[in-house]
Amino acid sequence: MLKLIWLIPILPLFGVAINGLLGKRLSRRAVGLIGCGVVLLALLVSAGAVLELSRLPEDARHFETSLGTWIPMGPLGDAGTMTAIPWGFALDPLSAIMILVVTGVGFLIHVYSIGYMEHEEGFARFFVYMNLFMAMMLTLVLGSNLLVTFVGWEGVGLCSYLLIGFFYDRPFDARTGLSCADAGRKAFLVNRIGDFAFVIGMLYLITTFGTLDYRAVSAAIVGGGEAHHAMLVAVGILLFIGACGKSAQIPLYVWLPDAMAGPTPVSALIHAATMVTAGVYMVVRMSTLYAHAPEAMAVIAVVGAATAIFAATMGITATDIKKVLAYSTVSQLGYMFAAAGVGAWTAAIFHLMTHAFFKALLFLGAGSVIHGQHGEQDITKMGGLKSKLPITFATFMTATLAISGIFPLAGFFSKDEILWGAWSSGNKVVWGVLALAAGLTAFYMFRLTFLVFYGRYRGDPHTFDHAHESPKAMTVPLMILAALSVAGGWIGIPAVLGTTFFGHDVNAFHHWLSPVVASAHAEGAETAHAGASLEFALMGVALAVALAGIGVAFVIYRKREGAAAAIAARFRIVYAMWRNLYWVDEFYEAVVLKPFYAISRFFAGFDRFVIDGIVNATGIVADIAGQILKLFQTGYVRNYALAFLMGVAAILVYLATV
Amino acid sequence: MIDPRLVLVLSAVLFALGVVGVLTRRGAISILMCVELMLNAGNLAFITFARMGGGPEAQIFVFFVMTLAAAEAAAGLAIVIALFRLRGTTDVDEINLLKW
Repeated sequence: MLKLIWLIPILPLFGVAINGLLGKRLSRRAVGLIGCGVVLLALLVSAGAVLELSRLPEDARHFETSLGTWIPMGPLGDAGTMTAIPWGFALDPLSAIMILVVTGVGFLIHVYSIGYMEHEEGFARFFVYMNLFMAMMLTLVLGSNLLVTFVGWEGVGLCSYLLIGFFYDRPFDARTGLSCADAGRKAFLVNRIGDFAFVIGMLYLITTFGTLDYRAVSAAIVGGGEAHHAMLVAVGILLFIGACGKSAQIPLYVWLPDAMAGPTPVSALIHAATMVTAGVYMVVRMSTLYAHAPEAMAVIAVVGAATAIFAATMGITATDIKKVLAYSTVSQLGYMFAAAGVGAWTAAIFHLMTHAFFKALLFLGAGSVIHGQHGEQDITKMGGLKSKLPITFATFMTATLAISGIFPLAGFFSKDEILWGAWSSGNKVVWGVLALAAGLTAFYMFRLTFLVFYGRYRGDPHTFDHAHESPKAMTVPLMILAALSVAGGWIGIPAVLGTTFFGHDVNAFHHWLSPVVASAHAEGAETAHAGASLEFALMGVALAVALAGIGVAFVIYRKREGAAAAIAARFRIVYAMWRNLYWVDEFYEAVVLKPFYAISRFFAGFDRFVIDGIVNATGIVADIAGQILKLFQTGYVRNYALAFLMGVAAILVYLATV
Repeated sequence: MIDPRLVLVLSAVLFALGVVGVLTRRGAISILMCVELMLNAGNLAFITFARMGGGPEAQIFVFFVMTLAAAEAAAGLAIVIALFRLRGTTDVDEINLLKW
């Protein structure tokens, strides 16, 4: 199977081809079967390949294959070696985790989509985009060099754009007046900013080292010592700006909340579980580079932690069920970047994986809630849906507990590992911010759960009567993801817990990934044994903060009727600030868009009046000359004869005088 | 023996008459006749030059001119007939379609 990894990104393309060309003529059943089938095949091949990889000895777990040379080039880089970029795929423990998450969660979401999209127009189009996304995402994670990864990177961006604007004719956001198509455009354009930096970073790398291959770059960095330090910091920050765009970090996060314009399965797959984590994956993939550029890591840690808390506060006041989850995603991605920034690489990937489980589940659960109420998304109009949607409620609650970091669900272990990584690497401020964000996360998630599932229904009673549990195609993926949200963390039980309760270290996840990040220094968790009691204490603190968040949410949204409104009135300014998302969109509008439009208008005017003016003036001169000269063309033979005569006379006179 | 210069003067007078005719007459046939007059004035000048010692080439030129004049008359008259059939007139002032 290992030799077939090149097939993994290609399999979903068959779905694209079949559904894309014949989708309109096939039945919905056939379209759904093909769309899910190709993803299932990719999942099976992935599983087989990873299984084979795991049988290899630990330090030999790297397999590369190439579909041939893609871009042959001349000599490049310091060494001046001949360069050629192959269309290469590589499977190692890191990409193994990614392909399993992408194909696994992706397959569940594809199945769910059959149920969710059953009443929608463009059923086949939806699956074509989703399959194309799978192909691109798998290219991204399997690429053996940065450029192949970048192809996938741009490809998922394209699919994201297409799927956000899937309902292109519907309005989306009343506050900003965006349509769904506008939201797609916004995502695409904001991503361009990050990608621009990404490309510059790649160019720096290839002109310095003459290669973009991950292993070769890492080896060159390790071998190069301090010689390239400034360049590495620059590249590290440039690549991170690219990651900021794709993974919705400050200051480029603004597109992700608007990306909720897409159908809910899209939000689950692309804007929660997979695509937005591409930035984290890339940073961990380049961990050797970052380890040699501590300044760039500091930037990542600061941006990640700031995003984690900043987005969490916005999640508190959002009233659209999907937007709450969107801000939560931004916040959790901040967590992952903070982890990478403090050097806790495995923790970042661990959280990426558990987050993929519970956030996909939350989005799919939200989709089920929306589906059950015929499109209602406003949580202030919901309530008491627990009895109407029992399976959705149970699974949603599981995911809520998991994301809040309650023991022993998946989120607890991954979040704890990040917090411990921050503390043990000496970044106590980062730890404090992340712990606070964990409390806020627990708060807004339980606020969401209470508002949706508990209390009395606040919308149209008619809708409540007709609210119904979703079909099996939707609930079964929910249950599977719920199981993963519970158990997914158990493969990464922290060393300190393992040694205390099982007598030995059972952190399989950590050991699995350690060869990949080995060259990027030992991470914080390695030094854990010295301070076992401290680690326990910190775990307790994180758990206590989460429980406090839940408690506050319980008091405000369950115990005291109207407490939320009273608090909002009391802290009017803070409330307005969060409700309006810190006016960031307005800020960008005023500082970036307005001047940009003004410049555009100026150049449009310059083009219209000056450039076009010159062109038009040339034409006008020729026209006027023609208008005058045409008068000589009288049509009277005698005029011509006279002119002819005068011409002959003139020539004769000339000849006579010369 | 007439002074050849007088013959050249006659040739010039005939040519000028032809030019005036071409420029002033309105009938297409009259214009063609005036053109013939100009050509023959040229012929007269040629043979005068031959007589004045120009050699045989000048006389050969006259044959060329006569051939050309015949061809021109044939083509010209054909055009005039076609015009007359089309417009019912041979007045060149009436035939001014080809203009701005």
